[in-house]
Amino acid sequence: MLRRNIFRLLVVLFAGCGLIASPANALVEININKGNVEPLPIAITDFLQGELAQKISDVVAADLKRSGLFAPIDKGAFIEKISNPDAAPRFEDWKVINAQALVTGRVTQEGDGRLKAEFRLWDTFAGQQMLGQQFYTQPENWRRVAHIIADAIYERITGEKGYFDTRIVYVAESGPKNARKRQLAIMDQDGFNARALTNSNDIVLTPRFSPNRQEITYMSFENQQPRVYLLQLETGQREVVGNFPGMTFAPRFSPDGQRVIMSLQQEGNANIYTMDLRSRTTTRLTNTAAIDTSPSYSPDGSRIVFESDRGGKQQLYVMGADGSGQTRISFGDGSYSTPVWSPRGDLIAFTKQSGGKFSIGVMKPDGSGERILTTGFHNEGPTWAPNGRVLMFFRQNAGAGGPQLYSIDLTGYNEQLIPTKGFASDPAWSPLME
Amino acid sequence: MSRIDTPAASRMQTITRNPVMLALVMTLALAGCASKKNLPNDAAGLGLGAGAATPGSQQDFTVNVGDRIFFDTDSTAIRADAQATLDRQAQWLAKYPNYAITVEGHADERGTREYNLALGARRAAATRDYLVSRGVPANRMRTISYGKEKPVAVCDDISCWSQNRRAVTVLGGAGS
Repeated sequence: MLRRNIFRLLVVLFAGCGLIASPANALVEININKGNVEPLPIAITDFLQGELAQKISDVVAADLKRSGLFAPIDKGAFIEKISNPDAAPRFEDWKVINAQALVTGRVTQEGDGRLKAEFRLWDTFAGQQMLGQQFYTQPENWRRVAHIIADAIYERITGEKGYFDTRIVYVAESGPKNARKRQLAIMDQDGFNARALTNSNDIVLTPRFSPNRQEITYMSFENQQPRVYLLQLETGQREVVGNFPGMTFAPRFSPDGQRVIMSLQQEGNANIYTMDLRSRTTTRLTNTAAIDTSPSYSPDGSRIVFESDRGGKQQLYVMGADGSGQTRISFGDGSYSTPVWSPRGDLIAFTKQSGGKFSIGVMKPDGSGERILTTGFHNEGPTWAPNGRVLMFFRQNAGAGGPQLYSIDLTGYNEQLIPTKGFASDPAWSPLME
Repeated sequence: MSRIDTPAASRMQTITRNPVMLALVMTLALAGCASKKNLPNDAAGLGLGAGAATPGSQQDFTVNVGDRIFFDTDSTAIRADAQATLDRQAQWLAKYPNYAITVEGHADERGTREYNLALGARRAAATRDYLVSRGVPANRMRTISYGKEKPVAVCDDISCWSQNRRAVTVLGGAGS
């Protein structure tokens, strides 16, 4: 169970240390708009004291390393052994190993059993503390604390929100291709803490988070009736979305969480509808004899990108939230599908099929500036990290038994396999936890 | 965490190390090669063994009539070979009017998941409409699309994809 209310984090900014950096000082930073940046050498010391403390600092280091923006320095190179994480380190010792940033920390157990995790981020060349925070939580949430610390470091140095304290819902797949079992599952963004959300009796596809992270909308073939469902993560309660006279599929939430947008199949045509979750009213947004599907809202809710084969091949179109002004935006070779609007609003990610290959790419909402990030036998279904800097998608290589999940930076660099126990597809990234 | 991207290679090694899997893969590959042009919709092609089917039985329908038709890439057109199969299906269904029918539409894996759900539905509808045109009452039939989620052939080339782009007429409800 997701026990959101039990997990309350207390964030306390250190004030008493006298080393708080003033914003006017030019401290170490990464400009992630530059493209293929050289990762920043950072020293992440073992947090004091004991096994759990060290595990937390290890997860912080792993998060930062996987981002591709940081290069944690081998601990064997460290000269100073941190014995008091509250005191200023010997900056010379860290400069000499080229650690531009240094992280120190301590994890202790409170009398009531809670963990207290503290950390400080230091700019070694400026000789200043950049950040100091402490958190209280239950011991079983230790990985989350590590992700929150990694997010704080990422944000302080890049100026962008992090994405480590997030989850992924996905379709866990097992068994041979012609008898594949599928279950919805959820895990942390780094592949840990995976657990199933449904059994494997029915085909389940395309799970997507609500903006408040508490609900999933997805498609299930339960009772041989393929339809869109809602699943409450906390209670496990499920319900069908609407009472439509045909298959409903390709669901996503509106940015305010009040509506589900999806396709309704009637005869040979698929059109796009919304259902208001409070009033239960449905609204038809497209009306063609084509396949209109994979709708995704802009983050301000004013526009919708979707795919349609109304012009012959699958292409991307943008329309107003009321269905007005449907305009094609994709014009390259091949066909385009599964558009997803970035949470920042600036880009649309998509799957492109061309020359027998499947690519993941991005373009601006007016269709300009198309860039392909990765190409291969089969790449499909991008989803955005909440900061709009990283995409996750699923890939099946020729000859592989099934698909796996990968992440890639907007730059097209730093592709990472997301470890899952079996095969996995249809990842959907959660918003940042709060 | 390793940044080296090796999962596919290691999985392939796992498969080749497993003799049962390897045999299965080879059998399927051979089956695919053997049927490049004329796809199996009869007993021999499906490996069901001919003969002893009771007239009017499920097996009779599958073996002697042919329960499935195939489509060209991204197409919902009923091909000439498919029309012949559906004509036989319509005759058989007229003879045995007690069966309710589900027409399943399927797509190959060379498309995206959501689009293929719609494409499978289009194929099922086109198949159902053809059967209606040959006298099968519309109210005997329901349609369902499985998109690309239920392939029958599992290799990574055209010989399998062409078998997976299909519509299957299932007697009495759900099946493959």
